[in-house]
Amino acid sequence: MKKSTDTVSNSPAIVIEKLCKSFGDHVVLKDFSLTVQKEENVVVLGKSGSGKSVLIKCIIGLLNPDSGNIWVFGENVPELAHDALDQIRARIGFLFQGNALYDSMTVRENLEFPLRRHWINHSQKQVDALVMEALENVGLAYTVNLMPEELSGGMLKRVALARTMILKPEVILYDEPTTGLDPVTAREIDNLILKLQKKYHTSSIIITHDMNCVKNTADRVALLLDGHCYAQGTYADFEQSADPNIHQFFE
Amino acid sequence: MLPIAIIRDFLDETGTLGRFTGRFFSTGLKPRFEFKELLNQCYIIGYKSLPLIALTGFIMGLVLTMQLRPSLVDYGVESQLPVMVGIAIVREIGPVITALIFAGKIASSIGAELGSMKVTEQIDAMEVSGTNPFKYLVATRALATTLMLPVLTVMGDAISLLGAYIGVNIRSVTSFYLFFTQIFHSLTFGDALPAFIKTFFFGFAVGMIGCYKGYTSSKGTRGVGSSANSAVVLSSVVIFIIDLLAVQLTDLLGLN
Ligand SMILES: Nc1ncnc2c1ncn2[C@@H]1O[C@H](COP(=O)(O)OP(=O)(O)O)[C@@H](O)[C@H]1O
Ligand SMILES: [Mg+2]
Repeated sequence: MKKSTDTVSNSPAIVIEKLCKSFGDHVVLKDFSLTVQKEENVVVLGKSGSGKSVLIKCIIGLLNPDSGNIWVFGENVPELAHDALDQIRARIGFLFQGNALYDSMTVRENLEFPLRRHWINHSQKQVDALVMEALENVGLAYTVNLMPEELSGGMLKRVALARTMILKPEVILYDEPTTGLDPVTAREIDNLILKLQKKYHTSSIIITHDMNCVKNTADRVALLLDGHCYAQGTYADFEQSADPNIHQFFE
Repeated sequence: MLPIAIIRDFLDETGTLGRFTGRFFSTGLKPRFEFKELLNQCYIIGYKSLPLIALTGFIMGLVLTMQLRPSLVDYGVESQLPVMVGIAIVREIGPVITALIFAGKIASSIGAELGSMKVTEQIDAMEVSGTNPFKYLVATRALATTLMLPVLTVMGDAISLLGAYIGVNIRSVTSFYLFFTQIFHSLTFGDALPAFIKTFFFGFAVGMIGCYKGYTSSKGTRGVGSSANSAVVLSSVVIFIIDLLAVQLTDLLGLN
């Protein structure tokens, strides 16, 4: 593992260079570039269908870009072979938009799943401790033996976040963490994101079109429009912008 | 134009299904095989199908016997009833009916399960969690169906013969011992073995097609429903095609 070297240096956590991705002749990403610094929360703002999910799926290697580089911890994800990719993935958390909890497994089994990696050798005691720590972080230790179907929407999101955090990733990718939740629950999730980021010093990319979420969590905002990074700035910059492409998100 | 499009779609589908099946042999059986999940799937796929297979097998044996009797009486060979029924069940009807019932129950449930896992991104979640979903989901299920259907068929055949015995005894009295000696005397190795071997292929087809349809399911509830549905339809058709090939092959090998 190269962990020691890149935590010492001040290199960025993620560098995306000229990323292009099309499906057939439908161009989704075209020359998209973005840099995320260590311990920074970058929000990627974009309309529905603009390619936000495609972007973070390229970062974790679920989709293969047509061209461009994605440097994570100094390695270029699209070029990684299977085992190296898995090593990187263990250091990246991915919170799916629909949570993607395994509905045939209990909460405990869901959280244990990322620990099945063959190169992770934990005793059952260590596994139990990690599961409880992750659930306590999201305040849901008592759900450990429940099935996902027994939980509410907000609880599902928090369990999914706990599963995402179980290996203490250094980078977390959030796919619309507050979409579909009521405003009160959405703010709880925002706070949880901030709390966990402080606790574990993570860098993150948060994808959303929920402006309250942006306001609460963003250190920096990037607008994804027509496949490229149209504008970058703080929330305040965006709020004051007269550009109609930016302004429309505040209406 | 239209027939060409249909043929093209058919070839396209056959190609992707073929490649999917190839992946089973190239990566699905590689080391770090998911034995625990295989056992779990054998339990779900095999054990839980037993009551259904037993019920349908029993009724089939009973009804077949009752339907055959009048014709045999007409020819004056009523005494051959156990032999006729026994051969029909062991060689053809048992394996095929069991496989079709199995396809109806298992191909649809695998198609729907993997389909909904696909559209809710659970398969992607497995991938990023460092577990190969093809090995964890597909290889285990396809192997479980391949191993379980032959077992279910043997049990289904036995229960069918029991049904047949009761069917024989409705109109005449035969001893249990006599009935089964008569059947086993007339059944040859060449009757039983090819019938048994083809059930492995039936089982493999059901598991593989169920997984394939689920894995390639399109988004939305309709996508999941239609992948469950087409898994049943396609695996039923493939069962008949395998059956046809099997009978040709046993003919060629002179096993008949
Ligand atoms: N696997 C895929 N195959 C074909 N098209 C896709 C695929 N994934 C995404 N797309 C297309 O890419 C575009 C962007 O999708 P997505 O990134 O999911 O949007 P969003 O910004 O809402 O997350 C959509 O038009 C979608 O149809
Ligand atoms: Mg999306």
